[in-house]
Amino acid sequence: MRKSAVLIILILLSVISFFLSVGIGAVKISPVDIVRSIFYEQDSVNYQIIWNVRIPRTITAALVGISLSLSGAILQGVMRNPLASPNTIGVSSSAGFSALLILILFPNYYNLVPLGAFLGALLATLFIYSLSYKNGALPTRLILAGVAVSSLFSAGSNGLMTFYPDRVHGVINFMVGGLSAITWKDINMILPYTILGIMILIFLPNRLNILILGDEIATGLGVNVERTRLIFIILSSILAGSAVSVVGLLSFVGLIVPHMTRMFIGSDYKYLFPGSIFFGASVVMICDTLSRVLFAPAEIPVGVIMSAFGAPFFLYLLRKKEVMK
Amino acid sequence: MKMEGKSLYGKYGDKLVLKGIDIKIENGEIVTIIGPNGSGKSTLIKILSRCLKPMSGNVFLEGVDITKISTKEIAKKVAILPQVKNVSYDITVEGLVSYGRYPHLKFGKRIGEKDLEIIHWALEKTALTNLKDRYVNTLSGGERQRAWIAMALAQKPEVLFLDEPTTYLDISYQLEVLELVKELNESLGLTVIMVLHDLNQAARYSDNIYVLKDGEIFQYGRPKNIIESKLLKDVFRIESNIYTDEVNNCPYFIANKII
Repeated sequence: MRKSAVLIILILLSVISFFLSVGIGAVKISPVDIVRSIFYEQDSVNYQIIWNVRIPRTITAALVGISLSLSGAILQGVMRNPLASPNTIGVSSSAGFSALLILILFPNYYNLVPLGAFLGALLATLFIYSLSYKNGALPTRLILAGVAVSSLFSAGSNGLMTFYPDRVHGVINFMVGGLSAITWKDINMILPYTILGIMILIFLPNRLNILILGDEIATGLGVNVERTRLIFIILSSILAGSAVSVVGLLSFVGLIVPHMTRMFIGSDYKYLFPGSIFFGASVVMICDTLSRVLFAPAEIPVGVIMSAFGAPFFLYLLRKKEVMK
Repeated sequence: MKMEGKSLYGKYGDKLVLKGIDIKIENGEIVTIIGPNGSGKSTLIKILSRCLKPMSGNVFLEGVDITKISTKEIAKKVAILPQVKNVSYDITVEGLVSYGRYPHLKFGKRIGEKDLEIIHWALEKTALTNLKDRYVNTLSGGERQRAWIAMALAQKPEVLFLDEPTTYLDISYQLEVLELVKELNESLGLTVIMVLHDLNQAARYSDNIYVLKDGEIFQYGRPKNIIESKLLKDVFRIESNIYTDEVNNCPYFIANKII
């Protein structure tokens, strides 16, 4: 019962975050006006602002939050490691490297950056998986291979930036993660994958619950461990890859949001998945709103806000609740 | 015949640890695998319970090669209690036991009335009904092991694998676990295949014992044919005196010195 209550609170939080994110900005629009102008007054100025500028950005923020936190929640379970996150399977560094490669070496094809980042993330994941496969892919080997491959890609990125210092400027927004200049077109890059992820995960919470008990216990309960692990890893890399391709390297969400959700709602994936969906969406929507209004008219990348507020809050929770075993 | 392994070869890392094992387990038996460290007993039980693939050879469940049956179908008949297991900090005894119903649930289906009945039965069988709402993490070692056994029971298995179920437990908990296993074997006709370190316990609780040495079966048979000074010398490198435990009607030994 208590868990359902927490879930309802998280759902409410995400609704409130949505209206805050759409309503707050250079022009303030009340929730009532938001609803009215979307459904009734489609020729108003508010409608233009809301529909063409604010809503695409807010929805993207929500989808990015959902994708990254689901991805992290999956990986922390599959790897049985609280430090696992999209970074662990090389998604971030490989997506970053592919994006840099395009931005620096082929700047004329900059509109291929999302696709390149997405493919880079997927390929790196499969590469890491096959590297660590030896009579089965054990979680520890996956993590170690992930760390090694990640640092390889990071080295590649740093190398590129050293050789082309003059072209680095356009890249920074990607490296820290930002949601400025998002349009409806960007949503198409992420929406199908987020929906796919949610659809699949609705049916699989127990399989992940069981995988956490250990490989042999899971086998004993009739779970095909290797296949399940591969499916989950690919799914989480698709989720994180699509998010990174739209907003850049927003690494904090995938690591911290699943942990915070776990502190609120427990570690049962029946609740953790929906909890991560609504909390992840809320966190990114709120942080993006802050990134627009705190130093308006200047805008700070949302990744910076997220770390600045999220990390201390997370540390506070960590001290208060001893559940991180 | 309940289970059978035919000419099993197996590796641990890069080392060949099983060199052609043939093993047969009859329906309703308690069979224990013993052997010194590195003899391959853990690898053998992992291969028999499909947690590890053999390099060559086959495992049969009721005459059918287990690679021909889906792992979920096997899980309806075979339960495993391995050495390595994890629980989240906030999983309750009843929650853990309910996972035992997983192989019987259809895709996407939740636990039903009948499953709940079986879960409660498993809790009762393992004397955990009073503890069902406790977090598994807060239980004593013996209670925790009973909770895992309850989870296995909720599978309604015909065969139960136990890999060193008494390791790290106090002596009273060791007996408690083995007595429970024995009781389940007698009352449910459960076939039990386990690895034990303590040879006297193996002698007391087993119908048949397989002795492994260097990846091969050194000998198998009834406990009284296994607990012998020559075998203990040849396999375990100890000199021992053999006695008979009149109460439990089984042999036992006291190790005197290393050879």
